[in-house]
Amino acid sequence: MNYEAVIGLEIHCELKTKTKIFCGCATGFGADQNTHVCPVCLGLPGVLPTINKRVVEFAIKAGLATNCEINKYSKFDRKNYYYPDLPKNWQTSQYDLPICEHGWVDIDTSEGKKRVRLTRIHMEEDAGKLVHSGTTIKDSISSDVDYNRTGVPLLEIVSEPDMHTAEEARVYMEKIKAIMEYIDVSNCRMEEGNLRADVNVSIRPEGSDQLGTRTEMKNINSFKSLEDAINYEIERQTEVLEDGGHVVQETRTFDPARGITLSMRSKENAHDYRYMPEPDLPPIITSDETIEKYRSELPELPDARRARYEKDYGLSDYDAGIITSTRAMAEYYDAVVATGADPKLAANWIMGDLSKNLNEEAIDITKSPVDAKRLGDMILLIMKDTISGKIAKKVFKEMWTNPEAPEKIVKDKGLVQITDTSAIEPAVDAAIAANPKAVEEYKGGKKKALGALVGQVMKATKGKANPQMVNKMLVEKLK
Amino acid sequence: MKVTKKDLENVAVLSRLRVPEDKQETYIQQMDAILTYMDNLSEVDTENVKPTTYALPMSNVFREDEVKPSLDREAALSNAPLKENGYFKVPKVLED
Repeated sequence: MNYEAVIGLEIHCELKTKTKIFCGCATGFGADQNTHVCPVCLGLPGVLPTINKRVVEFAIKAGLATNCEINKYSKFDRKNYYYPDLPKNWQTSQYDLPICEHGWVDIDTSEGKKRVRLTRIHMEEDAGKLVHSGTTIKDSISSDVDYNRTGVPLLEIVSEPDMHTAEEARVYMEKIKAIMEYIDVSNCRMEEGNLRADVNVSIRPEGSDQLGTRTEMKNINSFKSLEDAINYEIERQTEVLEDGGHVVQETRTFDPARGITLSMRSKENAHDYRYMPEPDLPPIITSDETIEKYRSELPELPDARRARYEKDYGLSDYDAGIITSTRAMAEYYDAVVATGADPKLAANWIMGDLSKNLNEEAIDITKSPVDAKRLGDMILLIMKDTISGKIAKKVFKEMWTNPEAPEKIVKDKGLVQITDTSAIEPAVDAAIAANPKAVEEYKGGKKKALGALVGQVMKATKGKANPQMVNKMLVEKLK
Repeated sequence: MKVTKKDLENVAVLSRLRVPEDKQETYIQQMDAILTYMDNLSEVDTENVKPTTYALPMSNVFREDEVKPSLDREAALSNAPLKENGYFKVPKVLED
């Protein structure tokens, strides 16, 4: 039997506020353990939490950017559970009146465009960090707790179970990451845990409209882990069903090193959260004016920017999609185009040599050794025929380690394109003299033979001759 | 009788309390009496009453996003039964 997977994601996104959600402690990453804590976030008795206004602003903006409805009346609730990363024994979260509901985003998959619906976005506090004494949580006889992260504001972005492959889930999460970066509410650094997902996976016979029993993998913090965990889980659940068994509803942990998921065997009634309205936090009432003010402050979003690149710069849908996939790349692109560089050439260089070098050395585009201005200047040299596209690859390579302006590099390295016919002519004549066979073939009607001759001339001039010019001269001479 | 032995056991687990065997019957009766008393409320006509989510006539109590001093770590850890290298130390988290 063929099975179809049904996948839903709960994405947790840490907001880039200066302070925590309910107290004035700093949120900075990497501080010494338990130095960003106070009576409120430690959950000491008798304290009064107060909501950070920026958190509400960021949540509403995130909702507007993902086509959500904003609930005019929203409130907080207590989600009760016992775990040492939560000093109060409840997480302050939102239950039945979240700040945003009923949104959607469009994603591009290898099968085409697809819409993923958002159930809701709500505000909540992050939990602390445990450092286990053993190698895994299970073989640790004790754990150390750091409450610096406790109370850092989070958005929980919940999707409908609209995805069916690991690829769709990854692309969806990439889209959410891009949107949160664009609207500048989160740093979205996955390696620092700013963005992480709980993923729910179930399978059902193809064509069925009933949902199978799902399992949940928590705290997935890379796109690769997300895909690996989903693919493993689909395979595992398929095997269970094919062996006549049934999938157990449970939380599983994903081990990225081994690429497998493992049962956490948590207690049966661990999930009785007994939500109750938070009596210490008054409700949040949002007016239309506030919503419109926040809407007016939103920057151009990925989809709009992509459409603009297609319309104004003639980029293909695919290329525009890649360039706008992160805010940083789109801004780099805009800066290249601002130098006067041809928009299509700019896109090709960014997606080609630049991305290749950045990926190989794992450098963020914002820290690229070749900044947008220099790449733009180099493209201008191609446009002015000072260098050929082929020589430009050499220039770019040099620019990667040499901070000089491209024009200077071209001059210093003697890479200026030869466009002077009298300088090229000897090489053309030599090539004709040295390759009688190619000449004969060309004259006999085999037009392709010209390529070999062009190649010879380019070789003789160390690639500096203008190839179009060489081509033209050869055609003239062989008439 | 509304409250069963199973309910009592469940509540005990959720609140991390151990209920001695010889007290169980007493607690079941007490919890039952409380719930029966609360039942009086269901006789009130709430047809046109909006659910209360917050008891006081307040809303939008906001704080600006400004950093305030945190506690000294020594003070933060001073009530901790166990500590280690500036961390709160806790016993085994997951049971086998």
